[in-house]
Amino acid sequence: MTATVKYDEVEIGHAIPAAEYAVHRVNLVMYAGASGDFNPIHWNERFAKAVGLPDVIAHGMFTMAEAGRFVTDWAGDPGAVLDFGVRFSSMVVVPDNEDGAVITVSGVVEEKLDDNRVIVALTARSGDSRVLSKARATVRLA
Amino acid sequence: MALNRDFVGRTYPSSTSYEVARVKIREFAAAIGDHNPIYRDPEAAKAAGHPDVVAPPTFPIVFSLSGAGEALADPELGLDFAMVVHGEQRFEYERPIYAGDELLCTSTITEIRSVGRNELLTVTSEVTTLQGEPVCKTYNTIIERGGAA
Repeated sequence: MTATVKYDEVEIGHAIPAAEYAVHRVNLVMYAGASGDFNPIHWNERFAKAVGLPDVIAHGMFTMAEAGRFVTDWAGDPGAVLDFGVRFSSMVVVPDNEDGAVITVSGVVEEKLDDNRVIVALTARSGDSRVLSKARATVRLA
Repeated sequence: MALNRDFVGRTYPSSTSYEVARVKIREFAAAIGDHNPIYRDPEAAKAAGHPDVVAPPTFPIVFSLSGAGEALADPELGLDFAMVVHGEQRFEYERPIYAGDELLCTSTITEIRSVGRNELLTVTSEVTTLQGEPVCKTYNTIIERGGAA
């Protein structure tokens, strides 16, 4: 298992270009099925509104998975992710229309550790909201 | 309603092992829209130096709460699921998870606290092979909105 990004070629402050991930209701239905999280706030608008939410919201884990995809696409190997943690700071509201929602993820190499490891600080936004905070991945580079 | 603090420190081993299947990894990767062949094609995974297809980093969410699920649903805990949102999540890996792994998961309710009007509960899970080899550790914090009000 080897990342394709080389440790020696990455400096602190290295910015990983942002990527956009579209979210439609069908993605949440698929994620519910794959993850086993059938909480109706993620697929039932009537229920979501009844419990005080603006609309159906994405699973936090869906957003985290997109941030993870951003990291593994950059590193070149899913096995290179050693530690991955986030705080869910705001909801990704997914309206029932053709636009759905968009999650925009970007990252910066925040720290270089021993053993070819780096810490990537991630930013994830949807609309005007920062949907993840304290999002960090430790990745072993080549 | 405030959550019952007596649950802090309680540990829940999984009753059965979780067998990581190639088709489940493929399904999970499809659900997150990730088309990386390392999640789908054993030959691509082997070419990248893995023994079999690899699970995406957030995959343990599929099974890591199963042991504690019964505890979270216990009326004695007082958790109103309709008001639950996810607060924080972390995965610490010893090694990647591969198709073919047979995993055990032991979950512990490590913390319950109030933040403003909300109740926060953290479940920490140790994932190992049947032989006891550590694979990963997961930390899951859920928020019960208005639970402390």
